[in-house]
Amino acid sequence: MGAIYLWWIGGGEVEERLMEEVRAQVERVLRYPARVWTSPERPVDTLDPARGQHLSTRILRWLLAARPPEADRVVAVTDVDLFIPVLTFVFGEAQLRGSAAVVSTARLRSNPGAPSADPRVVTARVAKECIHELGHTFGLIHCDDPRCVMARSVSVPQVDAKGGALCRDCRIRLEESRREVGGPHG
Amino acid sequence: MDNRKTRILVVDDEEIVRESMAGWLEKDGYTVATAPDGPTAVERLRAEPWSILLVDLKMPGMDGLGVLEEARKLRPDAVVVIMTAYATVDTAVTAMKMGAFDYLVKPFDPEELSLLTQKIVAQQALARENILLRKVLKREYRFRDLLSNSPKMHAVFDLARVAARSHSTILVQGESGTGKELLARAIHVESPRSTGPFVAVSCAALTETLLESELFGHEKGAFTGAVSRRKGKFEAAHGGTLFLDEIGDVSPKLQLDLLRVLEERRFSRVGGTESIQVDVRIIAATNRDLKKALEDGRFREDLYYRLNVIPITLPPLRQRREDLPLLVEHFLEHLGVELGRKLEAVSAEGMRLLTAHDWPGNVRELRNVLERAAVVASGPILDVADLGLLEVHTEERQGSEGLASLEEVERRHIAEVLRRTGGNVSHAARILGIDRVTLYSKIKRYELRKEPESGT
Repeated sequence: MGAIYLWWIGGGEVEERLMEEVRAQVERVLRYPARVWTSPERPVDTLDPARGQHLSTRILRWLLAARPPEADRVVAVTDVDLFIPVLTFVFGEAQLRGSAAVVSTARLRSNPGAPSADPRVVTARVAKECIHELGHTFGLIHCDDPRCVMARSVSVPQVDAKGGALCRDCRIRLEESRREVGGPHG
Repeated sequence: MDNRKTRILVVDDEEIVRESMAGWLEKDGYTVATAPDGPTAVERLRAEPWSILLVDLKMPGMDGLGVLEEARKLRPDAVVVIMTAYATVDTAVTAMKMGAFDYLVKPFDPEELSLLTQKIVAQQALARENILLRKVLKREYRFRDLLSNSPKMHAVFDLARVAARSHSTILVQGESGTGKELLARAIHVESPRSTGPFVAVSCAALTETLLESELFGHEKGAFTGAVSRRKGKFEAAHGGTLFLDEIGDVSPKLQLDLLRVLEERRFSRVGGTESIQVDVRIIAATNRDLKKALEDGRFREDLYYRLNVIPITLPPLRQRREDLPLLVEHFLEHLGVELGRKLEAVSAEGMRLLTAHDWPGNVRELRNVLERAAVVASGPILDVADLGLLEVHTEERQGSEGLASLEEVERRHIAEVLRRTGGNVSHAARILGIDRVTLYSKIKRYELRKEPESGT
């Protein structure tokens, strides 16, 4: 049976505890086997020197080529700040109904107007964003329910405000998407 | 409103911009397409309708202002947003003067783009709701408002369109809830009498005396309670169309009165002597088998032939199951407006239930089921549990409501046996205890081969 692979592709040291905690959350919420994957490979040519940020769309392209073939889906976690050309930043990006996603911890570590965030809070944020981006790979779009993990969040307070689980409607959509594409059922 | 109906065209000469922007917007559920330059954008504008255009200002060849100019001409309803770098803000202001909705300075905050698209979508939804409400209020339905992908229904529309142009009397037959009045209204609107009134009377709702007075009016003192002279529906419909619903329920006396009006186009008010002439087009409708009523002596033969000039039969919903997705979408949009809620879709499992149901109450029943589901559902997706009524299938219903005729039970049973035998007619005939020829004739009669549930 395939699984979701979580892959640390950051410049800094891999945070094993964070990755393990996120893996467990992903598996629980999406009801899909997930494992942490380690590999020294890192994406190249994704940095925009003028902006000092990495282009997430390029990281996705790289992931599609570099991901382990046995992975159903891969979500990369990085510590660099991400952007797409027209936007100032993005927390992450995913292919809608695809198999790759990327999430940055850079802005999720910050705590607007306060000292750096508690590691447990950061872990919760990263887990929410990983589940959110993976949800897109299952065809889920943004949800109007502000408590749902699929609610759009474009600021850290918005990430904190939403829950870490799927609402009823998104659970139905996820199940339907699974039935269409096959794969493990929860 | 379902975001998929919002169609966004991203116009930018940089591929990475198009790709990332389209990806970002698709995740809000919008339908997104891209164009790499001005001329391609204009081509796409010409070919399809668009709700929003996000256009880069600086492009080689035709620039963003050129696209804006063409968009104003080709799709005046489409909202154009110009994307620009800081250095060209002055031009962006010019764009606003030329009719752009807004401009975004690159790179923009994700929140800014999110709020802008939400604002545009909300405005467009409001405009659409206005149109919809006006239509509901005026009840001016045209053939294009009657939704169907079914060839049977399209044959009905073709006939009705031709009939609309004539002045001949039309008899619409069909089960309860198939949309007989809606069809009658569409015929009226598309007839040369469309500027005249459309007057509907339900012949089954009133007693003989009341219906007589309702149709022909009465003079003061004609009967107890007739305190003043009152015009009837025939007079009210002068110059327009009179829709006589449930004509099969009319008493023998009124059948004779109606026959006279149809023959002479004149009548007198109840209690009056003055002969009144009217110019009225009659559309009669019934859910009863008028031919049978004729044979049983319950309906006058001469009136039947007067009414049956152009017969139109509306098929029941179970014979046009392919229309379910279209009708569901239509009703969810209407119910969303009526209930002031976002209703997106029925879940796939729910759709399977809807498709399996036999719909004895036809489209009206479908609407009621969806309305109930919309009220009880907690989110925008209506799931199996919300469609509660359907889980209690006809077999388990209490009382006499919705009970099927012997013929209907036979049809369902044959369909079920065929489904379980994988469409094997010989096997099915053996189980049913009839010969193959009889089964074939029943399959043909009930049109089971066309239905997915027959498994044939």
